[in-house]
Amino acid sequence: MTTAAPAQQGPKTLVSSTPLQPQRMPQQSPQQRAGLRTPSNRKTIYDRNLNRTRTAELSRASFAYLFGEMVGYAQKRVTGIQDLERRLNEAGYPLGQRLLPLLLLRSSTPTHPAARPTRILPLLQFIAHTLWRHLFARSADSIESSSTNNHEYMISDNEPLVNQYISVPKEMSQLNCAAYVAGIIEGVCCGVGCKAGVSAHNAGEEGGMWPGKTVFLIKFEEEVVKREGTK
Amino acid sequence: MHRVVYSLIIINKAGGLVYNRDFNNALNKVSVNDLLVLAGTFHGVHAITKSLTPSSLGIPSSQRTGIEVLESSHFRLTSFQTFTGTKFLLFTEPHQPNVDVIIRKVYELYADYVTKNPFYQLEMPIRCEAFDRHLLTYMRAR
Repeated sequence: MTTAAPAQQGPKTLVSSTPLQPQRMPQQSPQQRAGLRTPSNRKTIYDRNLNRTRTAELSRASFAYLFGEMVGYAQKRVTGIQDLERRLNEAGYPLGQRLLPLLLLRSSTPTHPAARPTRILPLLQFIAHTLWRHLFARSADSIESSSTNNHEYMISDNEPLVNQYISVPKEMSQLNCAAYVAGIIEGVCCGVGCKAGVSAHNAGEEGGMWPGKTVFLIKFEEEVVKREGTK
Repeated sequence: MHRVVYSLIIINKAGGLVYNRDFNNALNKVSVNDLLVLAGTFHGVHAITKSLTPSSLGIPSSQRTGIEVLESSHFRLTSFQTFTGTKFLLFTEPHQPNVDVIIRKVYELYADYVTKNPFYQLEMPIRCEAFDRHLLTYMRAR
């Protein structure tokens, strides 16, 4: 039913920079701490080395329930599908901004600090490989550039993890909940100074091999493409 | 070994039919109305048979089960009730082995593709394309 997480002590998080349980109260007696969830070794997520969670995994089921609630919450006061996608996008954006420095830090070695990808192609590589591997434990399925517009690039994922258990009702067939992932990508792009708008689109054909295929369309701003040409 | 599963019915905890699917045409088709009656009736009979458990045995009520298998000359109906009261009814060939394994897998698919879907409202009819797809794939692959 779920991807079994390895038997580990302590809390597991998808991203160590967004702690869910930010509390530590070492002075209190065990009775007083009964309601709080502190690992037995008293070390919270803040006490751990940033590199240590590299191999930590999260239960897919608990993520699915959490993401389901996020979608349900975003759906509460929306005016339409675009509004819903915008909300999901906004939820992912800060995650992308925080993931960028974290992943750069982790890929650095003492002698070779990792550089921020500042040009478009290294940036797309970073997103499709480093970011994807961190979030979904595999690389994205393809990177393409648009043949008609040199501002636009596409990263596709045959089976986005966030959509795995989601069946969108027919009347909302335009909706793709991977707008959340699009928000993460947008956060990363803006974090390196390449302003871009990112949206998620359904690209799977009915009855095909990948019915849930999603294309993330990355539209860079004019100045980013101009700067790219002058370098 | 040739194994045949005819169809699946899911009944919510109030006795309403929320899902039905035929995997082949071996059983005669009945109208949706009749299926709704079947679901409601089975729900009631299940509750009554559960209360038939002799109280002298001292079995706590949470462990008493109602009707689990119904057999006719040409098919067998196996019922599985979850902790929350949802019932899965599987119509199979009378000699179909390992029905419990199949029904547990169906429950697993339900837990994955129905309850984790943010667009599904509990106790309502199930219209989840991913559930249909994975259910059919599983039934064909067996």
